[in-house]
Amino acid sequence: MMSQEKVPAAPAGSGSEQAQAPGKLEATLIEQRATGRKLLVPYVTAGMVPDWPEMVSAALDAGADAVEVGVPFSDPMMDGPAIQEASRRALVLGTSIQGVVAAIAHLNAIGTPAPLFIMSYYNILFRLGLKRAALTLARAGITGAVLPDLPLHEATAWISEAAEAGIANVMLVAPTTPDDRLRSICNAASGFVYGVGRMGVTGEQTDLARTSRQVAARLKAATSLPVIVGVGISTPEQAVEVCQDADGVIVGSGVVRRIMEGSSPGEITRFLGSFRRALDAG
Amino acid sequence: MIRENPRSDDPSRSSAPLVSEPPNHAAPGARKDNPMGDPGPRGYFGDFGGQYIPESLVPACQELEASFRTAWSDRSFRETLDGILHNYAGRPTPITECKRLSDELGVRVLLKREDLTHTGSHKINNVLGQALLAKRMKKTRLIAETGAGQHGVAAATAAALFGMDCVVYMGEVDVHRQELNVFRMKLLGAEVRPVTTGSRTLKDAVNEALRDWVANVGQTYYCIGSVVGPHPYPWIVRELQTVIGTEARSACREILNGADPDVVVVCVGGGSNAAGTFAGFAGTTAQLIGVEAHGGAAMTRGIPGVVHGMKSMFLQDEDGQILEASSISAGLDYPGTGPEHAWLGSTGRVRYATADDVEVLDAFSLLARLEGIIPALEPAHALAFVIRAARAGEIPSGASVLVTLSGRGDKDVAQVLEVIGP
Ligand SMILES: Cc1ncc(COP(=O)(O)O)c(C=O)c1O
Repeated sequence: MMSQEKVPAAPAGSGSEQAQAPGKLEATLIEQRATGRKLLVPYVTAGMVPDWPEMVSAALDAGADAVEVGVPFSDPMMDGPAIQEASRRALVLGTSIQGVVAAIAHLNAIGTPAPLFIMSYYNILFRLGLKRAALTLARAGITGAVLPDLPLHEATAWISEAAEAGIANVMLVAPTTPDDRLRSICNAASGFVYGVGRMGVTGEQTDLARTSRQVAARLKAATSLPVIVGVGISTPEQAVEVCQDADGVIVGSGVVRRIMEGSSPGEITRFLGSFRRALDAG
Repeated sequence: MIRENPRSDDPSRSSAPLVSEPPNHAAPGARKDNPMGDPGPRGYFGDFGGQYIPESLVPACQELEASFRTAWSDRSFRETLDGILHNYAGRPTPITECKRLSDELGVRVLLKREDLTHTGSHKINNVLGQALLAKRMKKTRLIAETGAGQHGVAAATAAALFGMDCVVYMGEVDVHRQELNVFRMKLLGAEVRPVTTGSRTLKDAVNEALRDWVANVGQTYYCIGSVVGPHPYPWIVRELQTVIGTEARSACREILNGADPDVVVVCVGGGSNAAGTFAGFAGTTAQLIGVEAHGGAAMTRGIPGVVHGMKSMFLQDEDGQILEASSISAGLDYPGTGPEHAWLGSTGRVRYATADDVEVLDAFSLLARLEGIIPALEPAHALAFVIRAARAGEIPSGASVLVTLSGRGDKDVAQVLEVIGP
């Protein structure tokens, strides 16, 4: 692991956790980036099919550098049709945060080649209690959390609980985020910074939005944290293109749609393998 | 004023503390004489409110708050809006004293007649203000969510008046339940987009409108229909509905020889007609009661949560998954309540109660028969509470009771026919 100093930024709402050594998610991603490779971070909605942990393993088999596990919420405001439907199915199947955490703990006990982190909506953690939520995630070996409905100015309490529990607080930056705010967000984030590639919700797109590379370039100029772009990255070509500026990509809706259409774990590995090869070839 | 009824088994019916002196808890920035003040730049009413939105929408909400602050303190904006409310929407609305209903109940019932506004409900007060603001912000496209269709119709009306494009999101279930309102919106030139995700009702329509806003934020103004959503919406909508309370207070003083009503009772869905009414009386000694649908009682049966951009009270399971509300009135079919209500409930300034479908239908019929006014099913909840509380002696005889009649019942007549038969 290499120690990583962050670019001094505008005074942020965070503070004390900046002094801490980077957690596992951040350290791993920085290490991989240092080898010169681009980062591949697939997303799977937990509970959308009974064998979803095998889908996480399938993503890892494809050479993922980390896997984002979605904890389903009844009102996924930032998600498009595919992840909405996956979330709905997961809830119909009785998926709960406790179940997801237990399943991830099990995967971690067997051993994963790359870190797992979660994405969910704030209410799920709020209901659990922020301290308890952070400890629960940390104990299961979950390395970070992305909460798309928790912007910087509401995140103070969560940032300190997450830091105390040693899990990364991945934060999002949008194409509309002004520069000074972007710097404050980078300063408060840990793990990586999630560049929102387009103005819109998650979902597959035929074209890469021009904003995807723009947000990546702006972030790269502002932070030494890994910069990973998600929302609308649907093909290996798009991934390669955005990685001319970004350190990596998140691939979500394409994975989730294929799983809903009945793809086997092997097919998911092959699908994500095409991203891995394209990114490695550059 | 209102006495407890110890025999009741409904927690919302018996938990009322006797509030004689309203506590004057002030929100940050609130004026001393009006506890319903400015929630400040972060939009908090006590612990409730805030701005729990995707980063993509943060600049838009900040722009909206700044624009509203400027417009609201701009005399010419206020005068323009007042003119439209007067000449187009028919304000001020009267207060009607219900002689026969009062005799029947032994309390003095006054109705604030929002049913007499253009489009037939208080929703018009909000949309005219927001559409005027949208124009001022140079937005060309108005989007809205709707449940029953009242807010959708109002938004489509305002869009027609101001020459803006209008898209209304409506749950597929509600599209079928409210065919006539869907047709009205189309006549007014709006596009109605059925929402087929989630429970396919109002809460999903809000999600879909928010998703549209994220994708089209530059040109689009999201005209939210109640005192819900991220800051500054709960504050903007309350300010725009305060005209109800302000008018009602001065009209009541004329009728009641300078006194305020003893009790003010208003129905609560998201809570906009209630917030607007309460804002006129929060600084008085009137007892304030908000009445929710039994199947949508976020204040009485919900717990704190964070959804639709706000920290407030929601019906949800232990895991924090939001539940579906269910009520005979589509306008109260929302599993949450605005953050200012969450705060007013937590301080005890407002008491929240519920009314069930059966007593609501009785109240609906009683007002029609005794006063010649067919109310919307939403305010029939407020009437149902008054009828129950007066008959139980919870409201002492002779007390004066103001009820906001938030809308007319025309939209509900077909549904009531189906339920109670010809
Ligand atoms: C007539 C009427 N009253 C009340 C409501 C509930 O909304 P709010 O609680 O925001 O006043 C509605 C909503 O559709 C309505 O149509």
